[in-house]
This record gives sequence, structure tokens and C-alpha cells, in this order.
Amino acid sequence: MEMPSSETRKLTFDEFQTDKFLHHAAEQAHARNYKDFLIVDVDSHHYENESYKDVFSYIEDPVIKRAALESVERPGRSTLLNSQVGYQDINGRITRQRLRKIEKTTDAEHRDITMTKRWMNAMGVDYACLFPTPMLFLGLHPQPHVEVALCNAYNRWLCERVLAAEPRLVSMLYIPFNDPEAAYQTVKEFGGKKGVCGFMVTSPRYKPVHDNAYMKTYALLEEMGLPLSFHAAYNWSDQALAMTNRFISVHALGFMWFNMIHMANWVTNGLCERFPKLKVMWIESGLTWAYAMMQRFDHSYMMRTSECPQLKRKPSEYMREMYYATQPMEMPEDKSILEATFKMLNAETQLVWSSDYPHWDFDLPSVIYDLPFLSEQGKRNILGANAAKLFNLDTTKIVKEIPDIHPALKRA
Amino acid sequence: MAEVFVSKVAAMKDGDRQIVRAEDGKEIGVFFSGGQYYGYSNYCAHTGGPACEGMMMPKVEEIIDDKKQWNGTSRFTDEMHFVCPWHGWEYNLKTGECVGDKKYKLKKFSVVLRQDDIFVIL
Repeated sequence: MEMPSSETRKLTFDEFQTDKFLHHAAEQAHARNYKDFLIVDVDSHHYENESYKDVFSYIEDPVIKRAALESVERPGRSTLLNSQVGYQDINGRITRQRLRKIEKTTDAEHRDITMTKRWMNAMGVDYACLFPTPMLFLGLHPQPHVEVALCNAYNRWLCERVLAAEPRLVSMLYIPFNDPEAAYQTVKEFGGKKGVCGFMVTSPRYKPVHDNAYMKTYALLEEMGLPLSFHAAYNWSDQALAMTNRFISVHALGFMWFNMIHMANWVTNGLCERFPKLKVMWIESGLTWAYAMMQRFDHSYMMRTSECPQLKRKPSEYMREMYYATQPMEMPEDKSILEATFKMLNAETQLVWSSDYPHWDFDLPSVIYDLPFLSEQGKRNILGANAAKLFNLDTTKIVKEIPDIHPALKRA
Repeated sequence: MAEVFVSKVAAMKDGDRQIVRAEDGKEIGVFFSGGQYYGYSNYCAHTGGPACEGMMMPKVEEIIDDKKQWNGTSRFTDEMHFVCPWHGWEYNLKTGECVGDKKYKLKKFSVVLRQDDIFVIL
């Protein structure tokens, strides 16, 4: 009897390749005909720490450069960069975090480009906005001049080594927000570079967004027509969050917390009135935080209108004109709850799908595509068209290459 | 009843897994653990990840003393789980139930031995 052994594979952990790891995502992409429309991921990541030596070679300040290059020569903890406690891989259960190290790539292009395109193709993504990973905590560095030096080096490295080489990758570049003048200069220097589709503030930090020192940066962004985004993360040392004793808590709360603070300051200080054409995006806080804030701030505003004299409308009306990256999208079993959230946020024009891949709680395009209450056009807007308009991307052609799947699945 | 060959008995050691493909193209994970075979759909109830291809991890338990206090210690129990590597949804190896919410479960397949061969029944 001939055994169909070719259809059997033994499971081992001594090899790893992203597109194989995501072959079920490719099955979804075929089943849902993602080849027929554009998909843009507004929040994905690479691990810039794997290229630190190269990135640090771009630091201009010779003393900081020396310290940075020295730090990568030493094993163990970083001696220059701050970090956070955070076992995001659920103590090894998210296997790709460890196995990615053994993934094979060639020298034909930068390893980050190859690995990013592998997951993009598997999921059916045409364009991805790429962000760093450890640098998401750089806003908590005690030395603002180190944040500026590393930010500039990273931005130059990313523009030259990644964005210039791969048209499917774009980025909203890191702004060194703890130094307002450097933030302004960053926008001026990088605003027109290839692949730069906006700028990003890492949210965990203790500088209020309404500080007058930032107004000229917002004005410049508005003038250039580039969006400003706030990318969430956490700070377990924050006085309130320090009371939590599990990562599940600091993650669930922390990734909303700083964006809620910045949103409150942004809206109540009338920044939407001062910069009416500036497009603002909130990343990696999910959606429920905004749904809750709209209701709470409208309720208070009607009683305390005099405290927000710059506002001409209710807070929710301004919030409804901002953009929200969907991941990690809450999935209540009762979909009417999610439908109400989508309605509150004007989802079909204001939501932009994001994967957050390869991080532990990534979303697939199917989190949007499979929703029963969205129209086909609404799905396509959220999955790609809204972001393509925001980032001014070429929408005339589909550029992804979805990997082939088993013939029997195609027939199904 | 249709069946799919999984492996020679001698080729699967305790703790091994095989992923096999049914005629419709769908994948099934076959586990050999503690002298028993288990077969489950390889599509996670969450977002369709390869649920049978992740880590095997025993259930974690915290030790609460008779005064209802937790002294910070925890331990692994004898209940074996397997974890979807995409997002960490965790399943009981013996039942296929998702341990976070038992109403989610993986489709279970019978596994049979014929002489030296292992088959999964579709």
C-alpha cells in the first residue's frame, strides 16, 4: 500500500521561515480574493536591534557613537539604551520571536526587507508602514540628547538601507519628541525622503502634546500634508501602572493609557481647531478606548464648556475626524458591540487596518474582512484605500505576491 | 470511512507530532504523548493559526494557601496543553478544548493503529 507520505510533515523546531509559518494566512488570502484589492498595513515592525551595529554607525556625535558601538560589543544588557520588563512572547509560547533568528535569507537585499515581504505576501499585504521595536521605549530614555542621536541615526539608516531599496515599504519616521526643536528639525530633514509618509511619536513619555514648543512642528506637518501618529506602548514604571503585577495588565492598560492622555490634551486644548488640516492617527490601542473617551468627554464638555473655549464642537466630533489603526482589535462575541464602536468612529473612512506583525498580538486582514456588518467597499476602505489616500500611495496596481497553496484548498 | 496515513509507529516517539493533510486540503495535527495518540484540526479557533504546531506546555497553577494568600509561587501541573504559535491560544491535549474558554474547541479526529502504521480517520 502506497502511503501519501509527501503529505505528511514531521514537526520540528530546527527550521523556520516566515511565509511557511503563515501559510494559513495565505490560505485566507486566496479564499477571500485579496489579490483583487489593495491592502495597506499602517503598523508593522522590524527588530532594529538586530542591525544596531549598522544603525549606530550613522550616529553623528562621536562620543555617543563610541558609546553606542561599544554597547553592541558587550553581551547581556544594553549599556546605552533603556528597556522595559515585558515577556511579550508569553514565556516562549509565541515561537516566532525565538525562531526568527534561524530564518535564512540571502544577501540580495537587506534581511529586514526579505522577512517583511514574506509575511506581507502571506497575508496579502501590498504596502506596509514599518516601525522599530525596542525604540518604541526610547521616549523614556533619561537623556533627551541620546534620544535625538539615536532617532536621527535610525531614521537615516532606515531611509538609506530599507525605504530607498523597497518601494512596498514606507514609514512614519520617529520624532525625538522630548526635544521639541530636534523634533521640528527631524520633520524638516526627512519630510520629503522616499518612503516617508508621515511622522510618529512613541506615546510612552511625559511631555504634554499641547506644549507651545510643538506648535511649529504641527504647523510644518500640516503644511507638508504629512500625518502625525502616536504609537502606543507601555511603561511598567509609570506610577499607576507599577501597581499591576502581570504583563497582561500592563499591556491591556498601558497600550491605551498614554494615548488616552495625549488624546485628552490634544482635543481639550483645541489643537484640532488650530491645525484643522493636520491628520492625526492613533496606533496600537485598539478601538474601545476611543469609543469610551468620546462618550466621557462629550458628557463632561456639556457641563464644562468654558474650560475648553477653543472648541466649537463636541470632543467626539473632532475625534471622529482622526484616524485609528485597528490592531489589536477587540473582538466581542456580540458583534453588535463592535458594530456600535465602528459607527462611533466613522469606521469606513477613519479606520486603517494594521497587523503589528511580527509582534505577539498581531491581526490578520480577516479581522476586518470577515465582519458581517461592513459593506464590501467599507472593508476595502479599512484594509487599504483609507491608508493609501492618507499616505499618497500608488493605488493603480496590486503589488503583492500571495504564495501558492495546496490545490485542494483552491478548489474548495 | 476515509483515512489518512500518519506515520510508522516506530517513527513517532513520545512527544512527537505529525501534520497530515486530508483530501480536502485541510491539515490535521497528530500528537503522540503519554502513550496516547490525539488528532485535531490544525486551524486555531481564534484566527485560523496552525494550532497544533506550537509549544507543548503544561497547565500553570498558582499556589494559594489556606488563608487565601498567594505567596508568589506557581507550578506546572500534569495537564498538558499545546499552544497556537500565532497568538498563544492554549488547548487541552486530551480534549482539544481551549483552556481560556471551553466553548471553543478544535475538531477532534480518531487515530488508529494498523500493524505498524498510524492512521487518522476523517
